[in-house]
Amino acid sequence: MMLECTNRELLIYTISRLLAGARHVAVGMSSPMPAAGAMLRRALNKKQGREDVQVSILGSIRHNSFTGGSEELFECAAQGRIDAFFLGGGQIDGKGNVNLVGAGGYPNSEVRWPGSYGSAYLYFLVPRVILFREEHSPRVLVDQVDFISAPGVSEKGVYRRGGPHALLTSAALFSFQRDVGRFRLESVHPGRSAHEIREMTGFSFDNDGCEVQTPGPDAATLALMRNQIRTELAETYPQFAASLPEAA
Amino acid sequence: MTEGLTADGAANGSWNMTDFVSPETMVQMIPSGIKLGLAPDGAGSCPAMIRLLIERGIRDLHVVCTPIGGMQIDMLIGAGAVAVLETSAISLGETGGAPCFARAIRNGELRMLDGTCPAVFAGLTAAAKGVPFMPIRGIIGSDLLKNRPDWKVTANPFDESEKIVVVSAIQPDISLIHAPEADRFGNVRLGRRREIMLLAHASKKTFVTVERISETSLLDDEKLAAGVLPAMYVSAVAEYRNAAWPTGLYTEYDLDAREVENYARAARSPEGFRAYMTGTRSAA
Repeated sequence: MMLECTNRELLIYTISRLLAGARHVAVGMSSPMPAAGAMLRRALNKKQGREDVQVSILGSIRHNSFTGGSEELFECAAQGRIDAFFLGGGQIDGKGNVNLVGAGGYPNSEVRWPGSYGSAYLYFLVPRVILFREEHSPRVLVDQVDFISAPGVSEKGVYRRGGPHALLTSAALFSFQRDVGRFRLESVHPGRSAHEIREMTGFSFDNDGCEVQTPGPDAATLALMRNQIRTELAETYPQFAASLPEAA
Repeated sequence: MTEGLTADGAANGSWNMTDFVSPETMVQMIPSGIKLGLAPDGAGSCPAMIRLLIERGIRDLHVVCTPIGGMQIDMLIGAGAVAVLETSAISLGETGGAPCFARAIRNGELRMLDGTCPAVFAGLTAAAKGVPFMPIRGIIGSDLLKNRPDWKVTANPFDESEKIVVVSAIQPDISLIHAPEADRFGNVRLGRRREIMLLAHASKKTFVTVERISETSLLDDEKLAAGVLPAMYVSAVAEYRNAAWPTGLYTEYDLDAREVENYARAARSPEGFRAYMTGTRSAA
């Protein structure tokens, strides 16, 4: 049965579902919800007696075993040692291109974001890149990005074994179909309709009449999130962890 | 070489190549117009030294971030000291965007060399190895390439059917970092922060401020030695306690989030930035 959970708890639980089967999940800087989702995947696997999950949280000391400096993540990825990673973006378009640089011209962008970080590299090398952006609006999910930090698909002759796997927002979950280079609506979060998702999205996508609702966590999983995961997360993200519901 | 230390170096049977100076003297050793390597906030950043550089009126810097930058870079930009900025990202982390950086981009006040983290490391690795370039995966199809004359797409010389990006070596003239500890011989403990080790290996000179100076050699303890930057890379050391405030120092002290928020609020306007810089003091 479905329990009452917050939208953020639904997102964290959905991230953990998208990570099923991954052996090594890496999480970049300033990504509290992907970090929580990865920690939840690790905890669920342990509870269910499934394979161990290596979680590497950048910015954490306890949940990060790299000793080769911040370049080790990129070396690991190039060798195929990382199964899943997360990218955000100021703009994401219907072809899976991400823009972390800015909007309104380049280089003198009207609106400037921090920059591309490792996206222009990891998008090519990590098999399962999950695009995560809470805001679901036509200004974020655009038809064509203003600047391509990292392209969604590549032409032949370019070494590429990774790319977009899914796009998760506060309103819906999409998968990315690499063969056609388009998103497909997989489920709509409780309280939203496919019609609303079409209105809120600046690009066209497949299965746009989708009636599947994004499933939430069961009681045991929710309890795990409100105890263990909340505590683990507090080391790196104290403020965010404090904002999550606590077990009664 | 500073008084009092030569004797110790000689007693240790090694030539001391590292100058021990005051922070004020170290600042005088960093000229305008150079390529300056800097660390990310919280992992070797030294905002107290950046303040001294700004007070001295440093200009026309080409700043290389390893591989991203934060508040200390934003302060340098706000002070008009940066001509060229080479980085994968600039942000104030949880606090949000870097205000002086965004303003300078909008107004076209600096030349931007937008990169991606592993390309910065590849460029530094090339310099550390003394080769002109390094190949790197990915990047093809990114708009970053269009704006980087120092990156090229080439064929893999061992497999002509494969395209690959090569990036030029990045060799900072001086790198300026803050670390927990140096010893009296100029060795510096970095621990796991090996990207800072790489930055030092790639740079012509490295200047280090530290929380404390150890009387015994950091290389004597085998358990520490692999995390130590040897003195041969270290041109100068200055003891400067708490110099990473408010950005924090890995394993030593945390970010002062409230202070970074104060900065972010103030720096929304050029006047606010100037008022912040003159009205607040470094806690160092």
